[in-house]
Amino acid sequence: MKQNFSFKPLESAAVKIVTFAAVLFVVPTTVWAHGFAGSRFFPATLTTDDPFVNDELSLPTVSGIVTPDEGGTRDTEVAVDIAKRITPNFGIELGESVINFKPSNESSQTGFGNLELAAKYEFFESDEHETILSLGAGVEIGGTGNKRVDADSFTTWEPGFFFGKGFGDLPETVSFLKPLAVTGLVGVAIPTSASTRTVTLNETTGERDIDIERHPNVLEWGFAVEYSIIYLQEHVKDTGLQAPFDRLIPLVEFAFETPLNRGEEGQTTGAINPGLIWSGKYFQVGAEAMIPVNSRTGNDVGFIAQLHFYLDDLFPHSLGRPLFGAEK
Amino acid sequence: MKHIVLGFLLIMTGDSVRVEAHAFLQRAEPAVGSTVQASPSEVRVLFTEKIEPAMSTVQVFDASGKEVDKHDVHLDRSNHALLHVSLPPLEAGSYKVVWRVVSVDTHVTNGSFNFRVVR
Repeated sequence: MKQNFSFKPLESAAVKIVTFAAVLFVVPTTVWAHGFAGSRFFPATLTTDDPFVNDELSLPTVSGIVTPDEGGTRDTEVAVDIAKRITPNFGIELGESVINFKPSNESSQTGFGNLELAAKYEFFESDEHETILSLGAGVEIGGTGNKRVDADSFTTWEPGFFFGKGFGDLPETVSFLKPLAVTGLVGVAIPTSASTRTVTLNETTGERDIDIERHPNVLEWGFAVEYSIIYLQEHVKDTGLQAPFDRLIPLVEFAFETPLNRGEEGQTTGAINPGLIWSGKYFQVGAEAMIPVNSRTGNDVGFIAQLHFYLDDLFPHSLGRPLFGAEK
Repeated sequence: MKHIVLGFLLIMTGDSVRVEAHAFLQRAEPAVGSTVQASPSEVRVLFTEKIEPAMSTVQVFDASGKEVDKHDVHLDRSNHALLHVSLPPLEAGSYKVVWRVVSVDTHVTNGSFNFRVVR
């Protein structure tokens, strides 16, 4: 969450304060993993990260939403993300995006977002209960993107806790709920700079404008609820569905950001994203609507779509293996 | 980023050894969650990938947890994605099929399903 205060220096007759909320809820720029916990296959979710460590590539992830910034700005992003296992339980991730901002009454700006790196460690797995827990840390490297698309000049750290749970251990009396699963995360984005000050010359008045942009710590939290037709067909009931419908996973993702300090406490933004994932042998495709939860996030429904490759299945003897240690 | 994408494309085009992926259950007989009127002579499980038979198992358990299959799981001669395990005559009741397979690319998957026999 960014907050801009623009005011003239003390010699100015008036102090003008302009505030706007730049919605950070846009495109995920780290790759979200697919994986297994016991007999449960979890697809890679599009918006909220999940606990899995794997070898995979999202190319591309495309999203678009109109944010309230400057009276309405269309934010379109195209991202590429790659994840690589170092050991069976530890992996690293790399993400980059191209961003286009189009304010309603101004020309559009296009540029790179900041480079993002992340690492994740799976520290708990229960095959019987289809449960997995992970810890991770991400970093958005300040200054690696373009300022014209608001790429931050400072670095932001993002430690997080990730969880996944399938409900295959429910009793047989509610067997049709067994295909349900939940994945999600709780993390905090911690900027290394509390604020950024920018001085510009107002050509109309000849006075200096000072913009102060505050950078609060932000609680990032979200989860995905999915109903796997794959699991239904394999473990519960062969409904006779044929390809491609037997490989579908309907889901709803809930993604939120809540600033914790620096004048923005509690001003949550986020979206609820219903969608569909189709998972094949070597890749999956997914698409979701992005429904803003409040006017701070936006007033129009956006979208996100992704093509995601399973490198562990495409290259099981080379790129798709952990660098050290055997497959789980 | 351009170098990463180019590197990936080089690997993709250079790796001609495309093998199999994770093996998922595609179909089974008796079908997953089905009810059959007579005791089946075997359970057949068709997977989405070819299977390594030496490292793959299919077991059938009755409602008390006792294994009732004939311990003779084997690969189909003409379809290397299809596993068979023979059964003795089964009493009416619920049975659980538990499978664990290794696809030829060494990925391990497992799962289970129930079927019911009624007379």
